[in-house]
Amino acid sequence: MDLLIKNGRIVDPANNIDCKMDILVSDGIIKKVGKELDSSGTIIDAEGMWVVPGLIDLHVHLREPGFEHKETIAAGTRAAAAGGFTTICAMPNTEPVVDNEILVEYIKMKAKREGIVNVLPIGSITKGQKGEELSDIGRMASVGVCALSEDGKSVENAGLMKTALKYATMFNLPVFSHCEDISLVGKGSMNAGEKASLLGLKGISNDSEEVIVSRDMILADSVKAKLHLCHISTKGSVELIRQAKQRGVNVTAEVTPHHFTLTEEDIENYDSNFKMNPPLRKKEDVYALKQALKDNVIEVIATDHAPHHIDDKNKEFEKAANGIVGLETALPLAITFLVEDGYLSVSKLVEKMSYNPAKVLGIDKGTLSEGACADITVINPFYEYKIDVNNFYSKGKNSPFGGMTLKGRAEYTIVSGQIVAEKGKVREEYTL
Amino acid sequence: MFNRKDLLGLRELSELEIMTILETAQSMKDKIDNPAKRCQSLKQASIVTLFYENSTRTKMSFMLAGDYLGAMVKDLGVSTSSVNKGEGLIDTGINLDQMGINIMIIRHSMTGAAHILAKNVKANVINAGDGTNEHPTQALLDLYTIMEYKKRFEGLNVTILGDIAHSRVARSNVFGLTKLGANVTLAGPSTLVSNSMKSLGVKVSTNIQDAVSNADVVMGLRIQFERQKAMPFPNLREYSSLFGLNSDILKYAKEDVLVMHPGPVNRGVELSTEVADGKHSVINIQVKNGVAVRMAILKLLVERSI
Repeated sequence: MDLLIKNGRIVDPANNIDCKMDILVSDGIIKKVGKELDSSGTIIDAEGMWVVPGLIDLHVHLREPGFEHKETIAAGTRAAAAGGFTTICAMPNTEPVVDNEILVEYIKMKAKREGIVNVLPIGSITKGQKGEELSDIGRMASVGVCALSEDGKSVENAGLMKTALKYATMFNLPVFSHCEDISLVGKGSMNAGEKASLLGLKGISNDSEEVIVSRDMILADSVKAKLHLCHISTKGSVELIRQAKQRGVNVTAEVTPHHFTLTEEDIENYDSNFKMNPPLRKKEDVYALKQALKDNVIEVIATDHAPHHIDDKNKEFEKAANGIVGLETALPLAITFLVEDGYLSVSKLVEKMSYNPAKVLGIDKGTLSEGACADITVINPFYEYKIDVNNFYSKGKNSPFGGMTLKGRAEYTIVSGQIVAEKGKVREEYTL
Repeated sequence: MFNRKDLLGLRELSELEIMTILETAQSMKDKIDNPAKRCQSLKQASIVTLFYENSTRTKMSFMLAGDYLGAMVKDLGVSTSSVNKGEGLIDTGINLDQMGINIMIIRHSMTGAAHILAKNVKANVINAGDGTNEHPTQALLDLYTIMEYKKRFEGLNVTILGDIAHSRVARSNVFGLTKLGANVTLAGPSTLVSNSMKSLGVKVSTNIQDAVSNADVVMGLRIQFERQKAMPFPNLREYSSLFGLNSDILKYAKEDVLVMHPGPVNRGVELSTEVADGKHSVINIQVKNGVAVRMAILKLLVERSI
């Protein structure tokens, strides 16, 4: 069955296209991009909407296997579809940790059977994420991990990290680094500074992130590995990355929507929906991050979608789990705070949420080229609505954005030519 | 043509010197299987083996090489000697010199140990392996074995596989083979083979299939667990599935490929048992040739001293 998307604003940075055109999809493939196309199949009227390559999220915790009470592949992929994402990368800090090919195959099998968007598994760097010995990196590469990551922590031992980076080069796998020197974090649970003092909480200083950002860029450069830095949160990190890129280091970086929208000042009443790792920083950091997106020092927006059960969050701030859900709020936050505020053009936004993530992974997605897989997101940038966490498809309702009015919604999420979500709702045939 | 006091490495040897050793070895080989051919030509020479690292093949091979030529061969049991009291290498050497030793054969875990000893003693010094630098007699016996089967070096494709980073065998072979005109490829995981080795005039690969393709000789190396601080690959299962030489991979090599290994073989890791014991394998021949090559070296050094 063919699908024709008519009269939309086609934004395809890979091909330098930003103009009003039609897209004809046939057999899950983009057949034609052009003016005034016709079809006897389904027709989507995209007048006034942006038609962009399906959004790609490099940083998602699907929690399966092991923590199915927090999230599942079934629920997480539905949250992704509702939020406009057609491809998501699953972090390996599950139980057991994804450190061998059997678990990679398990996630692929579950995603195929129960998921509704593309799921690309990430393998851990070390066995059990214990930081002692390498995971079965080559065997995982042979069954299709898209990257390696110890996300949730750093590989503490620099020698082991260097060995991993060097070993990963053989398989051309990018290494996603969570940058955090645990010895500098101590018992901190929010950003270090006056607000932490006011609240009586121990602080996490910017240097805890920056020393590992430096270390990993130096190591990656020395062995010529592909390094991607996860959830950058400080002004200092931005400067370090900027300098490294000027030296020619092969590094990319991501920022989460919460780090470019919220600050430590937003933490009130010890609400643990504002507790994440890295923590919400200061205004100057948020400004530096937005500027870094604009200057392309940071080329990727990723959610760090971290669903938790209410029992993991509804406790003392210091004991509460880190992280928030992000798949269903990322697009409106980016439109409201980056596009509307003039930091990013529509085309730049698409680069950061689709084209660049595909480039980091080295996969053939993130474009609307004729012949490409028809992963497409149709966005209504004018639709304004109040976020209600109870409407989330994710099992996790832990979001600080509940009640906030934002602009922009995925009108259609199309995976391999199939419409999986419409007007922010998963299509009936795909609902659980 | 061999006129050196010591044999420390292949790096400094000329093509002619290497060929002299190989040709001399040829005339020695029949002494191994035929006791009637053994002789007393080195009767006047006293030899000591000084092994600071474990060894089966090399030490025994040297001692028998000396015996078959009638020399007096002694082993300084390093673990039972004054070395245990903290005596330094140079002092140990000087003492042995005073006792009239003519040839010292040293193996040491540190690069350059043989060179330091050679500088400080009158005796001839043979390097039987120094750290991650060179193992000249192993490379010479490898070259001898290749010559025996292939009759030439020029244009031969020789692939050395495995733990290149820690291998003195690989380095000595690279020096020798490139001097003699062979095309050498070094292959192993990116953590065990460094691109900087290209400066030695070899190809470097992390893909075993590419590396083995069209090879005349494939040399496996032992993973030297004793020299690793952190494991350079996840585990042996992954290593053997990516870099183990088995009969499926060997099909990419030339039909008359030689499979070599300096021993001891980690069976099922760097070589599958069927390859180690298969029709292409000359691993056992290498051991025999080792004795011939070492006889040749002892003979050449003693003849020069007289």
